Amino acid sequence: MKRASVILLIFLVAMICGAAAQTAEWQQIKVPPLPAFHPQEPKRVELPNGMVIFLQEDHELPLIDGIARIRGGVRSEPANKVGLVEIYSEVWRTGGTKTQTGDQLDDYLEIRAAKVESGSNVDSTTLSWSSLKTDFDDVFKVFAELLREPEFREDKVDLAQREAFDAISRRNDDVGGIAVRESTKLAYGAQNPYARVPEYATVAAVTRQDLIDWHHAHVHPNNIILGIAGDFDSSQMEAKLRQAFGNWPKGPAFKPPEIEFHPAKPGYYLIPKEDVNQSSIRMVELGTTRRNPDYYAIEVFNEAFGGSFSSRLFRNIRTKLGLAYSVGGGIGTAFDHPGILRLSIGTKSQSTVESIQAMYQQVDDLAKQPITQPEIQQAKDSILNSFVFNFDTPEKVLRERMAYEFYGYPPDFLEKYRAGIEKVQIADVARIPPKYLHKDQLAILVVGNTSEFDKPLASLGPVTKVDITIPPPPGAEQGKPGSQQ
Amino acid sequence: MKYRVFRTLPLFVVLSAVAFAQDLASFEKRITVKKLNNGLTVVICERPEAPVFAFFTHVDAGSVQDPLGETGMAHMFEHMAFKGTDKIGTTDYAAEKVALQKVEQAYAAYLAERDKRVDRDDQKLKEWEKAWQAAIAEAQRYVKPNEFPQILESNGAEGLNAFTNEDETAYHYSLPENRLELWAYLESERFIHPVMREFYKERNVVIEERRLRTDSNPIGRLLEQFVTAAFQAHPYHRPTIGWMSDLNSFSATDARRFFDTYYIPSNMVVAVAGDVKASEAMPIIEKYFGRIPSHEKPDERTTTEPPQNSERRVVLREATQSLYLEGYHRPDYLSKDDAVYDAIADLMSNGRTSRLYRALVRDKKIAADSAGFTGLPGIKYPHLFAFYAFPMPGHKPEEVAEAIHAEIERLKAQDISDDELKMIKTRAKANLIRGLANDEGLAFQLAIYQARYDDWRELFRSVDRIDKVTKADIRRVATQTFVPANRTVGIIETTPPATQAQSGGAQ
Repeated sequence: MKRASVILLIFLVAMICGAAAQTAEWQQIKVPPLPAFHPQEPKRVELPNGMVIFLQEDHELPLIDGIARIRGGVRSEPANKVGLVEIYSEVWRTGGTKTQTGDQLDDYLEIRAAKVESGSNVDSTTLSWSSLKTDFDDVFKVFAELLREPEFREDKVDLAQREAFDAISRRNDDVGGIAVRESTKLAYGAQNPYARVPEYATVAAVTRQDLIDWHHAHVHPNNIILGIAGDFDSSQMEAKLRQAFGNWPKGPAFKPPEIEFHPAKPGYYLIPKEDVNQSSIRMVELGTTRRNPDYYAIEVFNEAFGGSFSSRLFRNIRTKLGLAYSVGGGIGTAFDHPGILRLSIGTKSQSTVESIQAMYQQVDDLAKQPITQPEIQQAKDSILNSFVFNFDTPEKVLRERMAYEFYGYPPDFLEKYRAGIEKVQIADVARIPPKYLHKDQLAILVVGNTSEFDKPLASLGPVTKVDITIPPPPGAEQGKPGSQQ
Repeated sequence: MKYRVFRTLPLFVVLSAVAFAQDLASFEKRITVKKLNNGLTVVICERPEAPVFAFFTHVDAGSVQDPLGETGMAHMFEHMAFKGTDKIGTTDYAAEKVALQKVEQAYAAYLAERDKRVDRDDQKLKEWEKAWQAAIAEAQRYVKPNEFPQILESNGAEGLNAFTNEDETAYHYSLPENRLELWAYLESERFIHPVMREFYKERNVVIEERRLRTDSNPIGRLLEQFVTAAFQAHPYHRPTIGWMSDLNSFSATDARRFFDTYYIPSNMVVAVAGDVKASEAMPIIEKYFGRIPSHEKPDERTTTEPPQNSERRVVLREATQSLYLEGYHRPDYLSKDDAVYDAIADLMSNGRTSRLYRALVRDKKIAADSAGFTGLPGIKYPHLFAFYAFPMPGHKPEEVAEAIHAEIERLKAQDISDDELKMIKTRAKANLIRGLANDEGLAFQLAIYQARYDDWRELFRSVDRIDKVTKADIRRVATQTFVPANRTVGIIETTPPATQAQSGGAQ
């Protein structure tokens, strides 16, 4: 018996060594299973007035940070006042409270190395704070006052408008910025609320009263999701919050805006820019949402096609052809509206047309040489093995939960995502390109120095020139165009 | 080994400082440092918050070390460190090695013809180029493109990246903790057996990076001209990305030489932070990184920038909005006044209470943004303390310059207030705490401080040093540094584009 097992052992060792000769050195390194990890979920509290609160204790450092996210953002502002929400979200903080000016708040907070800041994005506005644990009560007081009684002082409205005018005047100075802005307009439609940008006239039309009205229309407890993370005791914190916000009456329910999408006609769009030696190229069409059952297959497709060092676009256009430093892309998805399918490349002026053709080649190859099983395996491994980084800090877990709450996704969406990715098969990925990536539907934008192009863009097809001249302010004094003074 | 907590603490920071000191003690317990036999330093910080870890490999060689005629080389090698090894990225290394040698021979022949001053034969040049390209195509047959990053990505690498600046080169990413040994193997292998495959294609990628960041970006163009003007003798004169002609000249052989010279263990610090136990991780790290062969440190002499005795100006006339920038020479990061410069930067720039914001943005309404900062273009050698402002529409660079100078004069003439000094010191502590909240930030800071001061504790002592800064220090340093003869000015002036009419609004 004993002897037999020794022989067996020798035989096994021989087999292992034999196998080792076939496998690369790195493959011989053992990867033990990752220990089970159950990230701490935040505690969810819903006040009777509808305010939803998430409390995430994290005692590692003596800090307490929080953020309130309020429904309603840039996409809801009127077309003749584009820029309103941006100005609102600046003056919300700088304009101070009933009792203290914004400048006084600056002094009060900075001496505590604390921050209270307001912000905005397409679908919401935010008010957040960051404080050392010991200063929490002082800082939270400012936060709560700003949330309920901001003053929007006129001098800060004026300052925010001037800053917005400055941003408008600089918006054509950076090629990358132009490419993003104008390709978004092509994908969604120039007047679409996700694409349009502030102009001198629309910024000048914003008044202090507009900011006050916006605040009263949106900042109600039933429109707010508040998340807090840090070194505190949840039950004590909950009691504090109930006291601070419990008696705040409910407001009208928020109605999301109806938004239509009118993508530009497929074809070539050109923005000449003489002071560059690299063309910024974007190919776009409308993407989809994360509620789409194809979402998981799209994620795997994106990773394999244009989303990583291992992707086809990176490998073929950057590594093999050396045509670009930045290249990539994929089918964009958003929580509650279609994202943008966007393929991007930055290449020297002299290889502009060559690069567009190289990109076409990659799109065509998807039909001729569909994404292979090894490519899919690589993409899935990459997504699943890095999955833990979605929740490796309590703050990330909190952020995810708040997002799902905001968009009405299930609280275990992340787990569903993992399961969804695991299930993706080669046939699922094969269905994606013909359904979402259409060569003949793409709007192709080139921002570049036309005099240096390898071939005229027109050699590829009819070209529409895009005029990005900034519409001048209506009348008006220098320095503050369109002033209503 | 015991760390000495803050010795003198003004009353006003006692509360936060208590929490802070506890924190320090906990770091002392969680951090292990070991210098391996080959001279490489390892720092491990145990932070068992989630089953992941981050690392940061710091190499004490940046573009200052680029050889003459090879600007951009430190950065170029950084790109090559993702190309694999003799075992990764190849189908047959023995054959590939021969093919790569032929590429180098062909390139040398091409270059020799190309760079002939007289009697260059264009026909011959074309032939040499063809031969070189053919050799590249032959070598390419053995390449598995991007296998190295592919292995990392399929193992769950997060934030896979690297950077090069004037002072240093760094590599970093995170992995699930069960990949520690795999990481130790891969990260050490690329610094033991790097292979300069696909070099000339990657060179084109780097040239595109130059076009993106510098040539096609007005601020990039200004910064390059500005730094070049401010430094005339020291290698800070040269851009990290490299001059175009050098990028079009240097070879894979040159890159290998750079690697052999500077990527030596005594020039390297590897910091790991996350769910690792030093008792288990250190032997693994030692096993793999201990293999990196050591040799003598390279000659590190550089020319010292002589004192500047006259103002220098760089004016770019561009079809973009204007920008004002000025810089003053200051000593390197080891200067006893280093913390004073940090305090001045904070006072002038940090947040809405900062002096430049209040003067130029809030009160005078002549700038959209204005700040002062130190560390341009690096910190290891004497460098610049700089100020900038983006003038509002209708306001000229001269106007913001005047306002910045008024603020500088105020620094020299009057003590800063008690509240201002308090803000600077409290913020330094709070910022340090905020930077400790994740593995990536920890690995980064520990590696940098260990490399720069040979002791990670300096990360915490830096706050201690800020705490000692006095009002008089600020006046003294401002008075001695911010003088016109020590100044270099960079300006973007708006001029309409020459061919605006036909370009249809490219401005």
